[in-house]
Amino acid sequence: MKYESQKVALWYFAAAMGLFAVQILVGLLAGAVYVMPNLLSELVPFNIIRMIHTNALIVWLLIGFFGAAYYLIPEEAETELHSPTLALVQLGLFVFGALAAVVGYLFRIYEGREFLEQPTWIKAAIVVVALMFLYNITLTLIKGRRTVITNILLVGMWGIAIFFLFSFYNPSNLALDKMYWWYVVHLWVEGVWELVLASILAFLMIKMTGVDREIVEKWLYAIVGLALFSGILGTGHHYYWIGTPGYWQWIGSIFSALEVAPFFTMVVFAFMMVWKSGRRHPNKAAMLWSLGCSVFAFFGAGVWGFLHTLAPINYYTHGTQVTAAHGHLAFFGAYAMINFAIITYAMPYLRGRQPYNQLLNMWSFWLMCGGMAFMTFVLTVAGVVQTHLQRVLGMDYMEVQEQIALFYWMRLGAGVIVGVGVVLFLYSIFGPAREERPASIPTNYQPAE
Amino acid sequence: MTERFTKAAARNIFYGGSLFFFATFVALTALSHLYIVNTSTDKAGLNDAVARGKHVWEKNACINCHTILGEGAYFAPELGNVWKRYGGDKDHDGAVTALKGWMAAQPSGIQGRRQMPQFNLTEQEVEDLAAFLEWTSRINTQNWPPKLSG
Ligand code: HEM
Ligand code: HEM
Ligand SMILES: [Fe+2]
Repeated sequence: MKYESQKVALWYFAAAMGLFAVQILVGLLAGAVYVMPNLLSELVPFNIIRMIHTNALIVWLLIGFFGAAYYLIPEEAETELHSPTLALVQLGLFVFGALAAVVGYLFRIYEGREFLEQPTWIKAAIVVVALMFLYNITLTLIKGRRTVITNILLVGMWGIAIFFLFSFYNPSNLALDKMYWWYVVHLWVEGVWELVLASILAFLMIKMTGVDREIVEKWLYAIVGLALFSGILGTGHHYYWIGTPGYWQWIGSIFSALEVAPFFTMVVFAFMMVWKSGRRHPNKAAMLWSLGCSVFAFFGAGVWGFLHTLAPINYYTHGTQVTAAHGHLAFFGAYAMINFAIITYAMPYLRGRQPYNQLLNMWSFWLMCGGMAFMTFVLTVAGVVQTHLQRVLGMDYMEVQEQIALFYWMRLGAGVIVGVGVVLFLYSIFGPAREERPASIPTNYQPAE
Repeated sequence: MTERFTKAAARNIFYGGSLFFFATFVALTALSHLYIVNTSTDKAGLNDAVARGKHVWEKNACINCHTILGEGAYFAPELGNVWKRYGGDKDHDGAVTALKGWMAAQPSGIQGRRQMPQFNLTEQEVEDLAAFLEWTSRINTQNWPPKLSG
């Protein structure tokens, strides 16, 4: 860490991990209600539990992205942040909005569109938060060096803010509502968020492998190009059965099938860079998370996405546990794991330590990844059985659910394993760390840091 | 020099291509917008009751247990075609009465069965909800879902 203002990232990472803990606890509760349906059913019904689980996820991922940007931009731009104070005010406002939303949900205050449940004033606060961020990093980049990584990151962050504006449009025609709802949800996770993901991964690769920036930057353009060329029209895979025209079955199937390409390219990129450099970075845990992220994103988004993306298959699997399986592994592999990677990489610098608690951190990697993989597997089996019974044989929904109860127990078990992994991760990151970084050795022995 | 050129080319392809695909996407959604408004949904039938019913649907966050047209949560049955499951396409008043009865009977309190909350809806709200669900059941969804079970 070269720049004092990078320190604001520490607060962002702490806030993100706090909300992550909330997300997991509430997720465990949701999984428990699935198998013990009378649990809390009057006090906090399932719908409220679920919206806290998903909203906490999205908010902590965004806070993590902001933190990652505040960490890496000064180093890339070779200058201090325009205003660290503004960055902290921005975080305070965002965390306040998030907590206000959760408390509101418990008191039945929500707007009731999936993932966009926040009351309008909180949505407006999110826009203000995004503008504060964009203002701060844009001014930082104007006075500093501009790299491909910062450019792509900035485009991604602008995209996040711009597409979020569609959340304010809620027509009374349900089909229209749904069509534009995907402008936020799909164009985020299969569009602009991929730009953020790829640029953070590229930053980590430059720092940890020391491979020449020129090479990394060309890979980065290839990845984000593939992502947007396939992902924008790939939105069509949500326009099959919601009242939109039939041509989307062709466009959606073809382009979303191509969405596997950027994720595959990310795997090749990450492993090639490590293999090429032959250098061993001391932060082995950060390396594990970075490589693991590319692999899990490929499986969760790429393979599990492709599984149900072709229209004739999606006709049967649409809105079943297959979707839940994919949603979990994709969000975890791509966006949760890139956060764990940058946090694991940056924390030793932010705390002025040598890489610490590596073994514990790597244990948490295997527990979380193993748990999520098992959860995805059992939900996929549940989804296939559900699809057959309900969509092919036409059996009643509630009867089908009784048939697949066993898989919900296994999902809860998998969740407990994930939970143990989370505790280990948080302890390994924020817990006691010995071995201070000696003052005489510069913290940045470029290019591999 | 060639190195530089290649990177500039990569950049131009990225920005140019993305703009091209985005413009195509916007044009196609504009077409779809017109198709939805004029063809696949009932324009004349989209009255105040339907709009109010959609609001009741949202205010109570039904989507966080149920799916509607396959989107939402997977904890409770699909409701895009519940109007047809209730036989509303043949007996309108019967389906409204059935819906009123259902909403009033929640939560069932049965041990080991998933619970739906009591939303304390007014008579009017349930009727609006019925109007919304009826209107939704008539959206042209390319024959989805495959079975009445949703
Ligand atoms: C990291 C990237 C991705 C994330 C985070 C993600 C996440 C999700 C989530 C949460 C849903 C459920 C949305 C809802 O509640 O209705 C979903 C649906 C879907 N995703 Fe992804 N996804 C990603 C990438 C992909 C890719 C690359 C593909 C295709 C190759 C894909 C194919 C699908 C399909 C077809 C559906 C609709 C499922 C249905 O019909 O029920 N996803 N995705
Ligand atoms: C302790 C582990 C977890 C458990 C037990 C759990 C449980 C659940 C449950 C029961 C639902 C509701 C499914 C439904 O509507 O029927 C859900 C939804 C969801 N969870 Fe989790 N979850 C866990 C961890 C995670 C993690 C780590 C992520 C992502 C990083 C995640 C992302 C999501 C998403 C995106 C949805 C919405 C899915 C969709 O709309 O298709 N969850 N989770
Ligand atoms: Fe998508």
